[in-house]
Amino acid sequence: MPATYTPSKPDLDKSRLHDNDNGAGRRPPTDKRTGGGGEGDNWQSRPQGQRGPRERLGRYRMGLFFALAGDLMFFIAIVSVFFVARTTGHFDAYNRYINEWLPTAIPPVLWLNTAVLLLSSVTMELARRRMFHEPDVMEEWFGLGRPISRRSAPWVAATLCLGLLFLAGQALAWKQLAMQRVFFASNPSSHFFYLITYTHAIHLFLGIGGLMLALWGLYASRQLETRQILVDCAAWYWHSMGVFWVFLFLLLAYFQ
Amino acid sequence: MSQSPYLRRESAGTLASSVRLAGRTSPIRCHLFTTDHRAIGRLYLWLALLSVAIGTILSLLMRLHLTWPERVLPFHGPVLPEDYLALVTIHGTLMLFFVLTTAPQSGFGNLILPSQIGARRMAFPLINAVSFWVIAAALVVLLSSTFVPGGSPISGWTAYPPLSAVPSAGPGQGTGIDLWLASIALFAIGSTMSSINQLVTVVRMRCEGMTWGRLPLTVWAWITASMLSILAFSVLLAALLLLFCDRHLATSFYLPVGDVVNGTLRAAGSHNGSPLLWLHLFWFFGHPEVYIAILPGMGLTSMILGNFSRRRVFAYRTMITTTLLIGFLGILVWGHHMFVAGLNPFAGTAFSISTIAIAIPAAAKVLSWLATIWRSRPSYTTAFLFSLGFVSLFITGGLSGPILAQPILDQYLHNTFFVVAHFHLIMAMAGIFGLFSATYYWFPLLANRTLHEGLGRIHFVGSLLGAYATFLPMHLTGLAGEPRHYAQLTSIPNAAGDLLARTLPLNRGITWAAFFLAGTQLVFLANLLLTLWRGPRSSPNPWDATTLEWHPNLSESDFGLLPVVYREPSQYAYQNGEARALPQWIDPALLPSAPSTSGDRGVS
Repeated sequence: MPATYTPSKPDLDKSRLHDNDNGAGRRPPTDKRTGGGGEGDNWQSRPQGQRGPRERLGRYRMGLFFALAGDLMFFIAIVSVFFVARTTGHFDAYNRYINEWLPTAIPPVLWLNTAVLLLSSVTMELARRRMFHEPDVMEEWFGLGRPISRRSAPWVAATLCLGLLFLAGQALAWKQLAMQRVFFASNPSSHFFYLITYTHAIHLFLGIGGLMLALWGLYASRQLETRQILVDCAAWYWHSMGVFWVFLFLLLAYFQ
Repeated sequence: MSQSPYLRRESAGTLASSVRLAGRTSPIRCHLFTTDHRAIGRLYLWLALLSVAIGTILSLLMRLHLTWPERVLPFHGPVLPEDYLALVTIHGTLMLFFVLTTAPQSGFGNLILPSQIGARRMAFPLINAVSFWVIAAALVVLLSSTFVPGGSPISGWTAYPPLSAVPSAGPGQGTGIDLWLASIALFAIGSTMSSINQLVTVVRMRCEGMTWGRLPLTVWAWITASMLSILAFSVLLAALLLLFCDRHLATSFYLPVGDVVNGTLRAAGSHNGSPLLWLHLFWFFGHPEVYIAILPGMGLTSMILGNFSRRRVFAYRTMITTTLLIGFLGILVWGHHMFVAGLNPFAGTAFSISTIAIAIPAAAKVLSWLATIWRSRPSYTTAFLFSLGFVSLFITGGLSGPILAQPILDQYLHNTFFVVAHFHLIMAMAGIFGLFSATYYWFPLLANRTLHEGLGRIHFVGSLLGAYATFLPMHLTGLAGEPRHYAQLTSIPNAAGDLLARTLPLNRGITWAAFFLAGTQLVFLANLLLTLWRGPRSSPNPWDATTLEWHPNLSESDFGLLPVVYREPSQYAYQNGEARALPQWIDPALLPSAPSTSGDRGVS
C-alpha cells in the first residue's frame, strides 16, 4: 500500500452501505457558528454529495463564484482595452500625433445611482442574513410556519426596487448624455462609458431576474434549503455586481 | 478483477442505466432532453463526430483545390479564392471548437469524469443539459452561415481585423461573420457553464477516500482545462463584443486610422484602434484553448500507458504538477502568435522565454510516459497503440515548438506551412489520437461492447502513417516558402510563382496522403457501426483497469455499495513476475495476502 492513506480499524468497520439518504431534510444551515467542520451534524461520517442542505448550498455558492470569476475576467478585459485605447494615438497626414480621446463628463446622477446600489447591497445582505437566522430556521425546520420567507421577502423586494431605481437612474444618465449629444459612437471615451454602463446594466438585469426568482421562490418553494440557495446566490451575485460597479464607476469618474 | 466480491455482469454506463436514471419516459426524453450526464456526454460525442466529418471533408476540398485548382466541384462550379478561405474558416472553427474542445472536455468529461471520482452525477445536471443545447445551437448557427448571402466568413478561425471588422472586406464578411460571432459567443457561454459544472463536481462530489493526490491524471487534466476555459472564454466574449461594436456601432477598437479596404479608404468615425488589440485578446483566449484541447489527451495517455504496461505512472505527483504548470504557463504565452504582427520586440523576448519554458513541463511529461513503459511488457491493445501514437506525435509536433518560439525564426516561418505542420501535428493529430485512444479504451462503458481490435490496429497503423505522410512534408513546403491562406499556388507569373510551383509535386503527395488519412477513418466508422450493431459484449472491466469508472457496480450504486477509494490509480502487486491490478476501490482488508508493492515506491 502507498503510504498516503492507511485505513484504521474504525474506518474499515464503517458501514459502506448506501442508505439511499441524499441528506435532504437534514438541519438547514444557520448563522450559528459552533466551530469545527461538522458543527454537530456528523458531517464527516457521510460521503461528499450526501451531507445535506449546507453542502448543497456550498455547491451552488461555489458554482456561482466560478461564474463570477469568469465575469471578472470579462470586465478585466474591457478595462484593459479602456487603458489601451485611452493612451493610443496616431500620426495624421501632417505627422502630428493625434489622440482622439476626450474624457466623457460623468452625469452627476451616477453618484446617486452608486449610493442606491450600495444601499441595495445592504438590504440584500439583510435579506440574506434573515435566511439563516437560527431561531427562525429551526422553527421552520420543526414545521412551525414560514417565518423565514415572511421576514426575508420584504428585504428582497426592497432590493428589487432599489435595483430597478438604479437602472432607471442609469437610463436617466444615458438620456442626459444624449441631450448633450454624447452618443456611443461619439468618441473613444464615450464608447467605453456606454460599453461599461451597458454591460453592467445587462448584468444587473440578470441580477433582477435572480431577485425575482428568489422572491417567487420565497413564496412558492416548500423546501427551506432551496429558498436559502436562491436568496444566498442572488445576494452574492448582487454584491459582486455592486463591487464591480464601484470599481467601474471610479474608473469612469477618475481615470478617464 | 475476480478478487472483487461485488462483481456484477453489468458494466457502468450502459444505455440501460441512463434510461433508468432519466425516468421511464419516451426514448427522446431519455437520450435527447435529459439531464443524465452520460446521455449528455454521448450527445457531445455525436455532435463532435458530425463536426469532425464535415471538417474533414472541408479539409479534403482545400487540398483538392490547392493541388488541382482548375478542377470544378460538382454542384458548385469553380472554387473561387473566397470559397477556399471560407473552407479554411469553417474547417478551423469546426475542428477547434466543436471537435477538439467539445469531445475531450465535455464529451468524455461528462461520460467518465463523475464515475472516475465516484460521483453519481454532476453538480448541476440541469446546467449541464443547458450548456449542451447552447453549444448545439452554436453549431447550427455556424453551419447556417454557409447559406446566407455572401456565404461563410473568410477571415479564418482567428477572425483577424480589419478583415473581420469591415463588411466590405469580402463576401462572407457581412452576414456570414455576424453568424460566426454569434456562434462563437454561444459556444463561449456554453463552454463556461460546462466548465463551472465540472470544477464544482470535482471539488465537491468526490467519493470517500478520493483525495486530491489520488485523482486520476485525466481528472487533473479536465479541471485544469476547466479553469482555463473559465478564464479564457470570458476574455473571448469581451473581444467578440468589441468586434461586434466595430462592425455595427461605428466604433474602432480594432480599426486603425487610414485603413484601406478593397481600395476604399475608410474615413467614417474615429479611427484610433489597432488590430493588435484583437490579437492580444483573441490569443489570450486562443492559446489556453489549445491546451484545453490537448490536456485531456495528455492525462489519458499517462493513465493508459500505465494501465497497459502494468506500471505505476512514473512520478505521479510530478505529473499532476506539470499538468497545472502547463495550464498556468499557457496563460502567459499568447504573444508568441504575434511576433510578426507588430508586437514590441521586447515583449516578443518575454513571450519567447515563457513559451520555451513550457518545454520543461512538456518534456517532463514525455519522460514520464517513456519511463512508465520503459522495459515493460505492455499488451498492445488499440487504445495503448493510439496512446503511443499520441506520444510520438506530441514529440514530433513539439520539437518544432521551440523553433517557432524564437521571434527571429518565426519571422520567416510564421506565415508559411511550417506553422500549419506544427499545430496540426501537436494539436490536431495528437488531439485526435487522444480521442481515438479514449474511444477504444472507454467504448465498453459507452455501449457495453468492445470495438474490434483487428480493425482498430489497421485504423491505428493507417492513421499514424497518414498523419505523418500528410503533415511532415508540410514542414518542407513551408521551409520552401509556401504561404498559408493562399488559395492558389499555380499560374503566378513571377519568381514567387516559380518557387511555389516547385512545391507542387510535394503538395500532390500531401493531398494523396490526406485522402489516405481520411479514408482510414472509414475503417473506424465501419468498426463503430459494426460494433454497435453486433459487437461482442464486453466484460465489466475488460482492460483490468484500476480507476473508478470501471467499478463493477457503479451503475447500481443507487442501492448498492458506495465506492470507497483506498489508493492512487495504476497500482499493481507483483507476485511471481505477474502484475496484479489493485483497483482504487478494492479494500486492502479484502486482499488475499499482503502484496509486494515494488511498484509503489516513489512519491506517494
